[in-house]
Amino acid sequence: MTELQMKEQVLRMSGVDPLKCMRCGKCSGTCPSYDEMEYHPHEFVYMVEKGQISKLMASDSIYKCLSCMACVERCPRGVEPGKLVEAIRLLAVRRQGANHLKPDDIPAMLDEDLPQQAIVTAFRKYTK
Amino acid sequence: MQKIGVFVCWCGSNIAATVDVKRVAEALSHENGVVYSTDYQYMCSEAGQNLIKDAIKTHGLTGVVVCSCSPRMHENTFRKACALAGINPYMVEIANIREQCSWIHKDMVQATAKAIILGKAAIAKVHLNAPLTAGTSPVKKRALVIGGGIAGIQTALDIAEAGFEVDIVEKKPTIGGKMSQIDKTFPTLDCAACILTPKMVDVAQNELINIYSYSEVSAVKGFVGNFTVTIKKKARYVKEDVCTGCGLCTEKCPQKKVPNEFNLGMDNRRAIYIPFAQAVPKVATIDPEYCTKLKTGKCGVCEKVCTAKAIDYNQKDEFIEREYGAIVVATGFNPIDLKDYDEYAYSQSPDVVTSLEFERITNAAGPTAGKLLRPSDGKHPHTIVFVQCVGSRDTSGCGKPYCSKICCMYTAKHAMLTREKYPDTEVYVFYIDVRTPGKSFDEFYRRAVEEYGVHYIKGMVGKVAPEGDKLMVQASDLIANEQLNIAADMVVLAAAIEPDKSARPLATMLTASMDTNDFFTEAHPKLRPVESPTAGVFLSGACQGPKDIPETVSQASAAASKVIGLLVKDHLTCNPCVAESNELMCNGCSACEKVCPYGAITYIDKEFRMPDRTTLVRRVASVNPAVCQGCGACTVACPSGAMDLKGFSNNQIMAEVDAICK
Repeated sequence: MTELQMKEQVLRMSGVDPLKCMRCGKCSGTCPSYDEMEYHPHEFVYMVEKGQISKLMASDSIYKCLSCMACVERCPRGVEPGKLVEAIRLLAVRRQGANHLKPDDIPAMLDEDLPQQAIVTAFRKYTK
Repeated sequence: MQKIGVFVCWCGSNIAATVDVKRVAEALSHENGVVYSTDYQYMCSEAGQNLIKDAIKTHGLTGVVVCSCSPRMHENTFRKACALAGINPYMVEIANIREQCSWIHKDMVQATAKAIILGKAAIAKVHLNAPLTAGTSPVKKRALVIGGGIAGIQTALDIAEAGFEVDIVEKKPTIGGKMSQIDKTFPTLDCAACILTPKMVDVAQNELINIYSYSEVSAVKGFVGNFTVTIKKKARYVKEDVCTGCGLCTEKCPQKKVPNEFNLGMDNRRAIYIPFAQAVPKVATIDPEYCTKLKTGKCGVCEKVCTAKAIDYNQKDEFIEREYGAIVVATGFNPIDLKDYDEYAYSQSPDVVTSLEFERITNAAGPTAGKLLRPSDGKHPHTIVFVQCVGSRDTSGCGKPYCSKICCMYTAKHAMLTREKYPDTEVYVFYIDVRTPGKSFDEFYRRAVEEYGVHYIKGMVGKVAPEGDKLMVQASDLIANEQLNIAADMVVLAAAIEPDKSARPLATMLTASMDTNDFFTEAHPKLRPVESPTAGVFLSGACQGPKDIPETVSQASAAASKVIGLLVKDHLTCNPCVAESNELMCNGCSACEKVCPYGAITYIDKEFRMPDRTTLVRRVASVNPAVCQGCGACTVACPSGAMDLKGFSNNQIMAEVDAICK
């Protein structure tokens, strides 16, 4: 799949129009995972617009996103960056072998303080 | 049988690039009654008009069809040209083959076919046109200005300067508006009160200007030159002409816990109050929501202390009816309610304030007497974060889709003044874009950065969380590509501005149109910016769109000049395309009278002679042509088809439809 085809697929899966972004950065201002991420919510929007999907797919950032959707909630232009992260993660997960966080490896990473809800969320996110 | 001339305009390439104009002229030349048909590059030019005039004389034309742009553009031009050539101006019809054809189609064959059809419809109508003569109506030489802010004040002063009487209706107890709450004005930093209050005094002293303060417009009737307006003068429980404004009552009133709206609720006033020291009129007002006497019948302190005997607890709302030739809307703006922006903790911490609140905090007459102190504990803040675009440029549904225009400049002003007075304070401004198009505006913003060391950060604040006595500000710095966490003492939100809530019901009363954001629309966005599409209604200030003070004042003066241009006329030429009732068909049902928005229709008892030589008195509709604005509502409402609109009769419109459908 070319970058352009991947971009089109991400846009279709997410329903996001990155051209609505006015580059205010409120998504990255509100993101609780910001420091964990290589690419930040506003960069997801810009890089999808530029068609740099494989870079995003290869980055750990797609797993560092908590899917808390604060960026979606607070975006003044209704761009919904969190949905882009989700779509790119799905694109990676659905490709055989492309998922660089294997479900089988997750139990080893768990610690006992992790809330049940987070485990369920993680399972939902990583096994689609 | 009419002798019709058809004139097809190229409008340069505007029409000719998509419509085969020669083909249109040729096709229309075969239409019934057409004796002359031609095309020309610019029909509206002098040469184009002469072409029409010459054709009228040479071919003895009785009707003219011009296939050109919208009648809103040049109908008058062609009507005048035809009148000069000796035919009635209402024998001219425009086929709009630009806006309704060439501009919206790409395919030349289709566009040409449609242009021919539109031309045929216009020809069909001209066949039924009859000469019409415009009447005249007198002009009441008095203007009404709704809103007493800087826009209304400037408009009123300029109209009065030309010698016409002006009434200002202001819903608050004093004129002055938002500008009276502002501390300093950008980009020159002169004190707002110092430049505003002399103008307020000029208004008060001008014999031609009459202020209805604490009043609202409650009904508007009539039309350009002849409006009848009902003004509701709310009871202030103080005799305006007796009160000396000494202020003793406002010191003695025992009800001390009334939120002071002039300081945006950051301190308290009494139940009887004068909004601020330079109020005009300087008259006390009793707030009925808080006055113990009005609520329980006990108290009466203000009455006892008033040496002028001005207190009147029995005062009632008063309705005044006055006539005006012109109405100026100057209803202004307000900052939006921030209830949908709780991520900024506005409702959680008193130290998160709006820019207008910050303005009051820095003002010498404000709640802190001009000292920069935080509302929560009265301490001097050492770190202040300004957030721009709060609710502006927001299409998510919480805010306003437009740029509020004034925030970039007032934030730069606040940041600069803070750094100047309190150099020990760190000031951060989070911006999306800094928009400073205006004389000396960008220089002003750059001074804030370069000379005063304000930290301008490209990015947006994501959230503000109160923690102890600090406000934790989490924001993005897009250029450094990092997330910032600032422990601030105060956060100032540049809230979007919106039209005053009174504007929407007022627009309905005035039949003036508004856009989706409740800003009044102008008659033409470029060429008629201070006129509403409703004749005789003019626009001044932020009710038309966000504006700073210099722009508001220029627009206010422009509106005044338009009003003066109207009021100097003794008579106005009426539109002859008015409704007419066929008395023989009218059944006296009153349907038309009920729908007429101008009150132009009355019912009369009229004697009719019957075929058998007896007489019969019947109740029939009668239209006052001076009042009728030709809207056509009655022609639709009339169940018996008696009502018709001259120039747009049912027959004419059906003929057009037939021509299109043939």
